[in-house]
Amino acid sequence: MSRALLKVENLSVDFGPVSNPIRVLNDVSFSVGRGQAVGLVGESGSGKSITSLSILRLVPEPPGHIAAGRVEFDGCDLLKLPRNKMPEIRGRDIAMIFQEPMSSLNPVMAIGDQIGEAIKLHRALDSSRRRERVIELLKLVGMPDPVSRLGSYPHQFSGGMRQRVMIAMALACDPKLLIADEPTTALDVTIQAQVLELMKKIRSEVNSSILLISHDLGVIADICDRVVVMYAGRVVEDGDVKSIFRTPKHPYTQGLLQAVPRLADDRERLYQIAGSVPAAGSIKQGCPFFARCSLRQNRCQEQMPPMFQFGSEHSAACWVTAEEEVS
Amino acid sequence: MTALPSTRLTSAPDSRTLFVIKTVFLGNPVTMVAALVIFIFICVAILAPLIAPYDPLAQSYLTINIYPSAEHWLGTDQFGRDVLSRLIYGSRNSLIFGITAPFLAAIIGTTLGVTAGYFGGLVDRLVTRLIDLLLAFPELLLAIIIMAALGGGFWNIIVVLTIAFVPGFARVARASTLAVKQEPYVEAAISVGVRTPTIIIRHIVPNIAAPIVVLMTLWVASAIRLEAALSFLGIGTRPPHPSWGNIIRDGLNNIFGSPWPIIGAGLAITVVVLSFNLIGDAVRDVLDPEGGE
Amino acid sequence: MNDVLVKAEGVTKFFGGEGRLFSKEKTPQVRAVDGVSFEMFAGETLAVVGESGCGKSTLGRLLLRLLEPTGGRIEIDGTDLTQISKEALRNSRRKMQMVFQDPYGSLSPRRTIAEIIAEPLEVFEPSMSSRARRERVADLLEQVGLSPDIMDRRPRQFSGGQRQRIGIARAIALNPALIVADEPVSALDVSVQAQIVNLLQDLQQDKGFSYFFVAHDLAVVRHIADRVMVMYLGRVVEIGPKSKIYAAPQHPYTQALLSAAPEPDPEGNTKRIILQGDVPSPTKVPSGCSFRTRCPLAQPICSSERPELRQVAEGQLAACHFAETNPIRQ
Repeated sequence: MSRALLKVENLSVDFGPVSNPIRVLNDVSFSVGRGQAVGLVGESGSGKSITSLSILRLVPEPPGHIAAGRVEFDGCDLLKLPRNKMPEIRGRDIAMIFQEPMSSLNPVMAIGDQIGEAIKLHRALDSSRRRERVIELLKLVGMPDPVSRLGSYPHQFSGGMRQRVMIAMALACDPKLLIADEPTTALDVTIQAQVLELMKKIRSEVNSSILLISHDLGVIADICDRVVVMYAGRVVEDGDVKSIFRTPKHPYTQGLLQAVPRLADDRERLYQIAGSVPAAGSIKQGCPFFARCSLRQNRCQEQMPPMFQFGSEHSAACWVTAEEEVS
Repeated sequence: MTALPSTRLTSAPDSRTLFVIKTVFLGNPVTMVAALVIFIFICVAILAPLIAPYDPLAQSYLTINIYPSAEHWLGTDQFGRDVLSRLIYGSRNSLIFGITAPFLAAIIGTTLGVTAGYFGGLVDRLVTRLIDLLLAFPELLLAIIIMAALGGGFWNIIVVLTIAFVPGFARVARASTLAVKQEPYVEAAISVGVRTPTIIIRHIVPNIAAPIVVLMTLWVASAIRLEAALSFLGIGTRPPHPSWGNIIRDGLNNIFGSPWPIIGAGLAITVVVLSFNLIGDAVRDVLDPEGGE
Repeated sequence: MNDVLVKAEGVTKFFGGEGRLFSKEKTPQVRAVDGVSFEMFAGETLAVVGESGCGKSTLGRLLLRLLEPTGGRIEIDGTDLTQISKEALRNSRRKMQMVFQDPYGSLSPRRTIAEIIAEPLEVFEPSMSSRARRERVADLLEQVGLSPDIMDRRPRQFSGGQRQRIGIARAIALNPALIVADEPVSALDVSVQAQIVNLLQDLQQDKGFSYFFVAHDLAVVRHIADRVMVMYLGRVVEIGPKSKIYAAPQHPYTQALLSAAPEPDPEGNTKRIILQGDVPSPTKVPSGCSFRTRCPLAQPICSSERPELRQVAEGQLAACHFAETNPIRQ
């Protein structure tokens, strides 16, 4: 793993009028290595979905506006690329899986044709080879009896099967990066387990990197090698999955992990983080978690802490825990 | 908890209505102008006897087809009647029809539509069939049929216009009720034991009011047009009494004598209709339950 | 503690199956709730879990008779709700309230917080003066952890968690005996979820009401339930005390459900039971045991004979022919 495949640097995104914009994404930096699965965790308003949309330059402009930063993908800055070059990258180099598969599939087109079209856009294959490739993809995603389902329409599939079709479409051109935005949130638990199992299988069989966006810490723990924790439009912690879940350094991550109910514990009471998630752009100064933090100090309100290193693969933006670490 | 400030406990100011009125009329200069125009027209209609320079029915051979002058600002028609005075008196008929008919239709139509939508079943089927039946006829044709059966006269025109407008309101009210009925807050009200009439008045009607009010303002315009059309066809306001519609009809026979009755009445209708439509748009923007405030 | 508060016997609810105008065909019948019987004790929390379409929310609404049951009896505090008149039903709503899943839709957007919370008081205590009512609303707001100063604002100014608190304040206004909570935390952010779960627990300790807690998240249920009822395609497949359901689930579906939920622990998701296929459509429920099409233990008998709920341990019932010999049991 020499150089990172995707490097997001100091990305800031504004929404609303230029005169009085709301900063929904503030100085976000992280990277995804080749073959790595990175999880982007956050609650509503954390900016995790906007981050993924910015990478693909799919932020609606206006009202959105990328104010600053670089998105370096495979050595080239996507934000500097002419707009008409983006469709070549989307689908071929970077593919996306959405939360609601029904709305991302064309309801009046057979799924065999839809996957075939995804291939046709980026690869010159004759129609019989294309058909073979579609069947191969459907087999890969665990579609039972793929040949006979080529002519079926999206509404004839269940939610879980539709998500499999979406994944097959995303994998059609062997993308270098697969962005999955809450891929299992709309699914039932037993179906979610199937899709998660499929994603793990894909990780081992296809050489794509994965950027998984989720609010569900369980899903992240299951799939990812690295975790990026976002809060109110900022990255607050970044590290390998074990250190994040075992020794979280940011009070938000700590609180979140304690607040999640677990199957295997007998706590009578859940730990609770006071207050509610701030509205996008409502925090102008200092640490965004200040109002809800149990460790807060005066300077947290005035100055946004930089990302402090805690070991080679782990960093967090907190003045207090960084100081404790030193002493 | 210590004693609460008494102001908070006793006053539950409902500033919503006030807020709507304020936002609708003061939010946008165009709407303000439209409101002002309508206000002026209503004043003119009420104060017609004081404002009109001449008797609108008084004929004179000496002043036939005069062009606008200092004495007759909008000239006279083929019977020598003062056009401005006729327009001023005509606004009474036109505005009364224009406002009363949609208002009555909104009340009747909403009642029908909400009942059908909320209770469903047989009531719904009966009401929907009735609406379909009425909607099968164009408004004007329906009005002509009923007028032919009932004959002319002030109240008959009101009845005709109201019947012509009821199905539209009923349909919109029914569709909106069906949607609002599914809202969890309606289920919440049922689950706390609120009686059905209270649920309808408190939780259904306010939440379907927006499209109804908008429809009403749009149909004020239609009512004025329809009354004009009926009068133009000779079954609306009876001559010699003026309404904007029959001023145009009379004017048409005499268009080469003097175009001023047509120009005046046409302009009046256009301005009033446009104003009501603008207000309707503004009301819709403000009444949207998730917008504003 | 052992007074029976709710007694449901053979409750069924079918949707559809009606004839159509000008057609001999009937609309497909959905067996949303199919012969459910259980008891609930005063002061306890019974959690109902299952995947979408298993009938858990429908069952909650049947308990409150917000839906008319197709068959069966529902007794609350000794009165059979399915037999009483509309007026008597309305009166008995004082004893049972509901907390809704959707914190945005369940509060009327045009009403103030005070009006929303005072609505049950208005219905059942009409003699209360408006001042007293506002005092009561202020008190209720404090109980759910909100400032009384917000009472003249409207719902749109509040976050999901705050709205859910308002919904809870409305539900507890009349001190009901039973609260049906329909997925009350599933629409909330994780950091807010814990607040609401704790609030519900605190209120219960304080007031002693029972929760019929509908949920799909077994981890949340573990923190709030006394007993757990697992439903699949409109039927109860397992019911029992929380300790037994989590430690020794007997039905293969319960076992799969427990192992399927991903734990927030990078090393905790090793032995997962992956069920094959999808939940069958509730219009075409399989014969015999409805779970047999996905069950790793299915045998011929499962398609011919429907397993009844039977006792498998003290207080624990499961509907499986092979509950005792179940090899995947932990």
